[in-house]
Amino acid sequence: MSFALSPPELEALLLSLRVSLVAVGCALPLAVLTAIAIAHHDFPGKSLVDGFLHLPLVLPPVVVGYILLMIFGTRAPVGAWLLDNFGVQFVFNWTGAALAAGIITFPFQVRAIRLTLEAMDTGLSEAAQTLGAGRIDRLINIVLPLALPGIVAGAITAFAASLGEFGAIITFVSSIPGETRTLPLAIYSALQTPGGEVEAARLSALAVALALIGVSLAELAERRVRALVGR
Amino acid sequence: MSVSVFLRHDFADFSLDVNFGVDAPGITALFGKSGAGKSTIVQAIAGLLRPREGRIEISGQIVLDSAANVFVAPGLRRAGYVFQDARLFPHMSVENNLLFGWRRAAQKASQNEIDHVIDLLDLRALLARRPAKLSGGERGRVALGRALLCSPRLLLLDEPLAALDAARKAEIMPYLERLRDEEKIPMLYVSHALDEVTRLADNLVIVDKGRVTAQGTVFDLMGDIAFARGAGLQAYGAILPARVSAHQDDGLTRLEFSGGALFLARLDCAPGTALRVRIRAEDVMLAREEPMAISANNVLRANIQAVEQIDATHSDVQLVCGTDRLVARITRASLTRLELAPQMDIFAIVKSVTVDPQTGAGLS
Repeated sequence: MSFALSPPELEALLLSLRVSLVAVGCALPLAVLTAIAIAHHDFPGKSLVDGFLHLPLVLPPVVVGYILLMIFGTRAPVGAWLLDNFGVQFVFNWTGAALAAGIITFPFQVRAIRLTLEAMDTGLSEAAQTLGAGRIDRLINIVLPLALPGIVAGAITAFAASLGEFGAIITFVSSIPGETRTLPLAIYSALQTPGGEVEAARLSALAVALALIGVSLAELAERRVRALVGR
Repeated sequence: MSVSVFLRHDFADFSLDVNFGVDAPGITALFGKSGAGKSTIVQAIAGLLRPREGRIEISGQIVLDSAANVFVAPGLRRAGYVFQDARLFPHMSVENNLLFGWRRAAQKASQNEIDHVIDLLDLRALLARRPAKLSGGERGRVALGRALLCSPRLLLLDEPLAALDAARKAEIMPYLERLRDEEKIPMLYVSHALDEVTRLADNLVIVDKGRVTAQGTVFDLMGDIAFARGAGLQAYGAILPARVSAHQDDGLTRLEFSGGALFLARLDCAPGTALRVRIRAEDVMLAREEPMAISANNVLRANIQAVEQIDATHSDVQLVCGTDRLVARITRASLTRLELAPQMDIFAIVKSVTVDPQTGAGLS
């Protein structure tokens, strides 16, 4: 038995990384804005928005996948419109997997960033105000740099959770080798195949290794960032 | 350069209603107990708090006028703010902290002025450091420098020493005195510590329960028995401005003030140096005739202005000596025996004179 990854295994690994990276990368700016809105502002319906944001955490992922299908399916309203006007199709496409993973892990990001923002000393922002910094200036030069540890922590947690997302992805975009079959989906389909136990074990070992590397990198990154912002 | 302040604001447990002005440069102290509303006043001046009603003018510019709906943003008021907890930006070096306001100022201080502030506050060795690596005193100095470098028209100091221990206070105090003596910028200094105020401030605005109860020079107020009683001051005494005139061969230093000369054990400062001397009320004895053959070195001619009983056994006597005020605390028995009354000329025997540590004393 060889320890080198077979082409399908490598494909599943790279696809998982790509899906998670795109999911987290696209959701991050939105998560930062959402966290700022919730942590620093009061607006009507805030608790409703807050509750809605936590939905992906409490709903079964299969339900999230199903809802996405209802919205972005090729014959669903938004999906059909996107396909007709822009030729964009999420279903059966790896971008759909990224969309599903991004939505499922969105609450992790918002939560981590929001906690940092709420714990932040508003006095620093006040001090910046007396020194002539306007709202955007303060956001860019004071609030965001100081929230960086939370942003990094949120992004890493979301990335790790994305790697493991199964239910929403398989429901929304199905399990197409090389397109939407990420590591967890590959493990599942190996188990469904007669004689696929060895393959499932190999892929699982890969997932474990990936998780370990991820956790250590996260630790390292967080420490570097904290030192950077002087906390 | 002047500041005028009129404010009305309501809080859950008290209301603020103040109206006062500051015309003189130097340090004006907003003095009062914690919770009297002092910080609220400076926050409103800085624009960090928008009062229910008010009008604030900083050197001719109206920065707040609730009647005309004028509210100038904090960053445009050019009022430097020094917070009690320094509030340095932890992710920036000392240098970037110092230049934060400077970079955003419409009128930028020149490189020379920047260097001047850095040297004035001895910050050069700290420039590359992060705030986390500074001592409490160093943080306070950086906060002062940061506020100064945004070219403020007015410096607001919100209890900058309150969070520091005695050693750190003693470290920063000379720098504040330096600012007062060398910079032309008026400062509004919030404090509840009488020793800080009497050492630093030129003028006092007394705030109590959201109202201004008294206002005047530190010398006039500290030497006023009615004020001292109203403010509930214990162990108080007059403060006099004096000047070193000579170091004598007998080991004493001669100080001049409006009421004559004072002799102290040798002081380590050059003739001509301006000082503040403190004469506690308990340290002043009174005599109707000039005492002869007495060990005390300081006998001053004074005039009684008022007498006020303070408890069952003691009375305070308000004196004027030259143009300065003095206070004597004597027993009521003595008062009766000497038949002391207002307008009477009298001799004040000063047993002890203390001199505040002076600007320059601890600095090279």
